[in-house]
Amino acid sequence: MLDIQTQLFEAQDVRFGPIDHETHPEIESKWTHDAEFMRLFDLKPARPLSPAMVKKQYEAIEKEVDEDKNLFYFTIRARADDRLIGKAMLEWINWTNGNGWIWLGIGEAESRRKGYGSQALTMLLRYAFAELSLFRVSAALAEYNQPVLHLFRKFGFVEETRRREALHRDDRRWDLMCYGLLRSEWEEQVKAGGAR
Amino acid sequence: MTDLFRGELVRLTAEEPQTLAAAFSRWNRDSEYTRLLDFDPIHMWSEKKMKERLEKDLDTDPPKEYFFQVRELAEDKLIGFVGLFPIWAHGNAWVGIGLGERDYWGKGCGTDAMRLALQFAFMELNLHRVTLDVFEYNPRAIRSYEKAGFREEGRRRQFILRNGRRWDEIEMGILRGEWLKLNGK
Repeated sequence: MLDIQTQLFEAQDVRFGPIDHETHPEIESKWTHDAEFMRLFDLKPARPLSPAMVKKQYEAIEKEVDEDKNLFYFTIRARADDRLIGKAMLEWINWTNGNGWIWLGIGEAESRRKGYGSQALTMLLRYAFAELSLFRVSAALAEYNQPVLHLFRKFGFVEETRRREALHRDDRRWDLMCYGLLRSEWEEQVKAGGAR
Repeated sequence: MTDLFRGELVRLTAEEPQTLAAAFSRWNRDSEYTRLLDFDPIHMWSEKKMKERLEKDLDTDPPKEYFFQVRELAEDKLIGFVGLFPIWAHGNAWVGIGLGERDYWGKGCGTDAMRLALQFAFMELNLHRVTLDVFEYNPRAIRSYEKAGFREEGRRRQFILRNGRRWDEIEMGILRGEWLKLNGK
């Protein structure tokens, strides 16, 4: 029996919501000035973005969601006051083969290390497997992003490929790790009462 | 100086959109070829549509992708393509290759074209590494890539669904240092 009452977008302390084009650009612009966050979240060269530039990116994201049908984008909000603290997405979804790639990050510095990322990842995986019916998800993570690699392993992700020296930052070469999680592995986690 | 565009069996060329459109449109009617090439189902584009897409690429110069056609030397016949897509900030590039002319499979032409692509990546673009994806059900390509110097860097488990069965996607890579050593430089 389908448990239709379960709210897919609500966790204990955080929830998923849509983009707010009025208030979010200013907040996310601040995150882009945090080089450490940018280098953990993205593999592209980090650069500060003005609120107007962020707004353009939001428009591009919603256009892609609308036209390509292979991207799902969520803002992560604090349940207490609905304020924006991060973002989560499923992208490059390949419907024929049932796979997709996940990304998430907590942009607000004071909201980190509180388990919010873990709650968001729980929701994102449930969405990927229980709603989109994907067969597997992948995540690409820098070798230097140890806390997040640890979090993903806790959720049952397996290291699948290791792209040697594929990242060049601070004049050092780092490996790019690609982790994968199969639907069957996720289901076992859920049954065991873990990553619900 | 090294002749970057000439190997032992093949050479790298740039063709007119019309020539390429005719070849692509014909090659894409061979489903074995398309299923070895891509995990997305291939569209059978008309020559007209294919030509329009290729003509659009003429507007981007320099290109985002270094895309070459492959001609076999003996007959000067167009047999395939090879393309490099650099990620400049990290010195990495993705490489993709396809030989649409089946008569030239298993004769070393693909390996020769890949060797030219690697030489271009390391000696002209000055990259640090080159990456590719290949499917578990394509052992001929895997052997060819190994001959060119690639090594397996892992497998995305059960990534592809074909004929009702799941197959791994294999990732392979070669570092600049490995390529230099292999080529006695």
